[in-house]
Amino acid sequence: MSAPVTGAARLKARFDDLAAQNKAGFVAYFMGGDPDVKTAQKLLDGLPRAGADVIELGMPFTDPMADGPAIQAAALRALNAGVRTPDVLAMAKDFRKNDQKTPLIVMGYYNPIHHMGCTKFAEACADCGVDGAIIVDLPPEEDVALRAAFEAHGLALIRLATPTTDDQRLPTVVAGTSGFVYYVSVAGITGALVPQADPVARAVKRIRKASGLPVAVGFGVRTPQKAAQIGAIADAVVVGSAIVDAMGAGGVKEALALTRQLADATHGALRESENE
Amino acid sequence: MTENTPIDGPDARGRFGDFGGRYVAETLMPLILELEGAWDEAKADPAFLRQMDDYLRDYVGRPSALYHAERLSAHFGGAQIWFKRDELNHTGSHKINNCLGQVLLAKRMGKTRIIAETGAGQHGVATATMAARFGLPCTVFMGATDIERQQPNVFRMKLLGAQVVPVTSGTGTLKDAMNEALRDWVTHVDDTFYVIGTVAGPHPYPVMVRTFQSVIGREARAQILERAGRLPDACVACIGGGSNAMGLFHAFVPDKDVRLIGVEAAGKGIKTGQHAASLKGGAPGVLHGNRTYLLQDDDGQIIDAHSISAGLDYPGIGPEHAYLNDIGRAEYVSATDTEALDMFQLCTKLEGIIPALEPAHALARVGDLAGELGKDGLIVMNMCGRGDKDVFAVAGHLGVKI
Repeated sequence: MSAPVTGAARLKARFDDLAAQNKAGFVAYFMGGDPDVKTAQKLLDGLPRAGADVIELGMPFTDPMADGPAIQAAALRALNAGVRTPDVLAMAKDFRKNDQKTPLIVMGYYNPIHHMGCTKFAEACADCGVDGAIIVDLPPEEDVALRAAFEAHGLALIRLATPTTDDQRLPTVVAGTSGFVYYVSVAGITGALVPQADPVARAVKRIRKASGLPVAVGFGVRTPQKAAQIGAIADAVVVGSAIVDAMGAGGVKEALALTRQLADATHGALRESENE
Repeated sequence: MTENTPIDGPDARGRFGDFGGRYVAETLMPLILELEGAWDEAKADPAFLRQMDDYLRDYVGRPSALYHAERLSAHFGGAQIWFKRDELNHTGSHKINNCLGQVLLAKRMGKTRIIAETGAGQHGVATATMAARFGLPCTVFMGATDIERQQPNVFRMKLLGAQVVPVTSGTGTLKDAMNEALRDWVTHVDDTFYVIGTVAGPHPYPVMVRTFQSVIGREARAQILERAGRLPDACVACIGGGSNAMGLFHAFVPDKDVRLIGVEAAGKGIKTGQHAASLKGGAPGVLHGNRTYLLQDDDGQIIDAHSISAGLDYPGIGPEHAYLNDIGRAEYVSATDTEALDMFQLCTKLEGIIPALEPAHALARVGDLAGELGKDGLIVMNMCGRGDKDVFAVAGHLGVKI
C-alpha cells in the first residue's frame, strides 16, 4: 500500500480532480473553537458532506487586524471559551480519523506561531493532518523561517495576492509558494465589500499565469449567486464570514445548510473551458 | 532638519538586530514599499528638509527650551535635573514633531486623506492639527475606554475638524485603535496616509518617526553642552511605544558615557500582571507590523496593558528600544501608577510645571537616579507633554470633584 497523500500533495490531488471535472472548488472557512471546541468539531466533521472541497480552519487571535466584525467576534468567542492554537490543531487531528481526502489548512496570524516556534508548529501541523497554512500578516519578505519548516514536512504555505499586488510585485508573491494562491478579491477586511466579476477574472488569469497554481478567490463572497459568479472564473471560491455568521446565528445546522447551498452554486457554475 | 545617523540600522529589511521588519497583510505591502520610497526621497531632498525646519520653528515653536529644574534638584538632593521642554510645543507634546513630518510627506505623495490612532489623544490632536493646517480630512481611531478618560482631547480633535471614531473591539484602548486604523487603511488603499504616532509599526515607520523626533536629542545635546559645559550622565524618558524616548536618545547613542534610561509604565506593579511594561514583563513577538517585545500569554495571544496613563497603555514597544535593550546600550526601568500620580503633584508644586502623566513616570526614576549620581551628576529628562489633558482624570484618582 502506498503512503497516504498528505500536505501540499493532498491539495494538489484535490485541485487536479476538480480541474479534471472542469469544476470550481468550494473552500469553507470557519473559526476553530467557535463557540467551543465540541460544537466547532461537529461543523468541521460535517463540512465535506455539505460539499466543501477544501477546509480553512481559523486559529483565533486577539488582534485580527485583517478581519471584519464577523470573524473578530468569532475569534473572541473562541478565546473566551479558552481555545488556544493547540486546541485548533487537535480538532484537525480528530477530523483526520475519518477523512483522509479533504485538504485542510489553517488560517491565522503569526504571533501564536512565532511564540510556539516555526519548527514546532510545522511538526504539529504534520502530526495533526493539517496540509498547509495561510498566515495573514506574514508577507513573503518575512516568511523564510516558516516556509523552510513547512517545506521540510511537505506542507503548503499559501500566499495571498490582492488588488494592490501589481505586476512588479506578483513574482515575489508567487515565488516558492505551493498548493494554491489565495486571491483577496477586494482591498479591505474580510466580509465587508463585494467583489466584482470582471476585475476578479482579470486578476485570476494573471495570477494563474504567474504562479502555475490554482487560484482561490475569497473576501466578500456571501451568497450562492456570487459564489456561482466567482466559480465561473476562479479555480475555487472561499466563503468565511457568511458561514461564521450562520454558525453564530443558527449553529452547526444552519452553517452546514449554507455551506451546501454555496457549494452547490460553486460546483454548478458555468465555466469557460480552460486551455492552460 | 539635518539627519545624523549615529548608529547603524535599521537594515534594508527594516531590522534593528532581530527586531522590526514588515509584518503586514499583503494588501498593505505595496503601500508600505511606496511609503519607503517616498520617505527615502523626501529625507534626501533639501527642499523638504527646509520646509520641515521652517514649520518646526514658526508653527511648532522649536527649539524647545532646556530648563534647569532647580527646586526638584534640591528636593531630591542629588544630581542636577534638566527638563527638555517638549511640552511647550504647539499642541502640548512632542507628538507634533512627527505629525508635521508625516503630513508633509502625505502632501508630497499626493494623499488626500489622513488617518491616525491615538491613546491619550496627544497624537490624535497633533495629527488633527496638521491635517487642519494643510486642509486634509482626518479620521482618528480611539479606544472607547480612552475616549472616556481623555475627554478634553476628544473635543479638541473635533474642534480641529477630525472625525473621532470610537473603537469598541477588544478592550477599547490603543492597540485596538491601531487594529482599526489598519483595517481602515487596507480598505482605503488609494487615497489614505496612515500617520503612526510612535516608533513602531512596519518599516519604515520606526526609523521615519525616530528621524522626525530626533530633533529633541539634537537640540538637547547642543543645549546641555552650552549650558552645563558637558554631556549629561543620563538621559531619561518615559516609554509607551517609545517615540519621545527614541527622539531624546538618538543623538546620544554614540556618547557611550551617557546612560540612556527608558521608564515603562508598571501600572499596579509588574508582579500584579496589570502593567504596560513590555520589555520587563513581556517576550519577543509580532504585532502591528513589527517584531518586538510584547505582553502575551503562553499561546502568543496579546495581553491587555494597564496604565493610569492612556499614552503608555500599549502592550508593545518600538523595535529599536527592544534592540537597545538587548545589546545593553539603554536601560529600561519602570514606575507605577501611584508613583506617577505623586510626581505629577510634586512637579506641579515645586516647578510650576504640570507634567503629563506620561513624563511623570520618568520623573519617578529621575528622583532615584539623582540620589545615585550625587551632587556632581547631570540628568536630562524629556518633559514630553503637559498635563492639562490629565487634570480631570487626576482629580478623579485623588477623589476630588471638579
